[in-house]
Amino acid sequence: MARITGGLTTSHIPAIGAAIDLGKTQEDYWKPLFAGYEWTKKWAAENVPDVVILVYNDHASAFTPEMVPTFALGCADEFKPADEGYGPRPVPVVQGAPDLAAHLAQSLILDEFDLTLLYKLDVDHGLTVPLSLVYGQPDGWPVRVIPLAVNVVQYPPPTGHRCYRLGQAIRRAVQSYGEDLTVHVWGTGGMSHQLQGPRAGFINSAFDRAFLDRLVADPDGLALVQHIEYVREAGSEGIELVMQLIMRGAMGAEVEELYRFYHVPGSNTAVGHIVLRPSDGTGPSRQEES
Amino acid sequence: MTAYSSEFDDIPGTRVFTAQRAKQGYHLNQFCMSLMKPENRERFKAGERAYLDEWPMTEAQKKAVLDRDYNAMLDLGGNIYFLAKIFATDGLSYVQAVSTMTGMSVPDYQQMMLDGGRSPDGWRSVKEGN
Repeated sequence: MARITGGLTTSHIPAIGAAIDLGKTQEDYWKPLFAGYEWTKKWAAENVPDVVILVYNDHASAFTPEMVPTFALGCADEFKPADEGYGPRPVPVVQGAPDLAAHLAQSLILDEFDLTLLYKLDVDHGLTVPLSLVYGQPDGWPVRVIPLAVNVVQYPPPTGHRCYRLGQAIRRAVQSYGEDLTVHVWGTGGMSHQLQGPRAGFINSAFDRAFLDRLVADPDGLALVQHIEYVREAGSEGIELVMQLIMRGAMGAEVEELYRFYHVPGSNTAVGHIVLRPSDGTGPSRQEES
Repeated sequence: MTAYSSEFDDIPGTRVFTAQRAKQGYHLNQFCMSLMKPENRERFKAGERAYLDEWPMTEAQKKAVLDRDYNAMLDLGGNIYFLAKIFATDGLSYVQAVSTMTGMSVPDYQQMMLDGGRSPDGWRSVKEGN
């Protein structure tokens, strides 16, 4: 049986990818940010799952104004880094997990989550920056990846509650898969930021920190937060935070928080990162790791 | 306008990209997407007005692009992730382009971000004034 053994959230700011690709991670501006991921890189190297279900959003790279799928699952053999206007990032092609993806598609649709299925998808910084932050600059990514693209660009995006429920359904779907695989679920994006209008540059650290606290301890309550509150308290692009509830739903009721990092600024954005382990015994405990 | 979308109008300095705005800005955003191709960027840079005239955009949308008035583009249905293709063509970063919408200079905006970003105080609600 496949098992979910870990989860994490992280921001996916494009400038982070550029800093890695251009060798700027030790510059004064970037150094504290990358230092905040050192613990995770070590943990990730020691806890490599077979598959990562990576929840992210496309930023006008694969999806044009012609088509706006709310939830779209990547079912292809591989996913190439997208050309976002500066040429593709110099990172490995992302290998998919099409058999598990087909199982997820069937399970989730029959569970009444009406996904769009993608058999050709170029992945932009929303997906590749988290991989770079966690796995560095390898010749090939150490995991297979199933992209789950969520519309958080055009309003309304899905509600936080719907995202949380989708995460719970992903958990059921993974657990009903016959092959013995370990799976991590990553929720990316956020934290508070606004990239438009006179209010641009908006950052709300108090909201962000409370969000992470509730993501760990009170996800049922957090899932009820409405879009207006996200926009008011986390900025118009801070709505990306709903994607983290998909990850949280997939972890089960109780989790152990292994690590947390918070930093301002990464370009225009507050950087938040948390690593979780499901408390149901399907993943290694902190003691076993050390 | 539904209560859902009109509620966002109470948030200062913000234009939420609703389904209504997406329809209004469809051709503007499609023009932006065309700049993903290097040959289109070259044609646009060689003659901006002529390139814009190939698109069924409104005159106000074309003027906003020519003026690089990003707030006006947002008002006319543009979304920042599409508009990013314009400032990428101009060789500008997100910080450089986004700061133009705030009335701040680029160095002042960068310093604000280094100091922890724009405080939420005073930017939550027009009605509540908080």
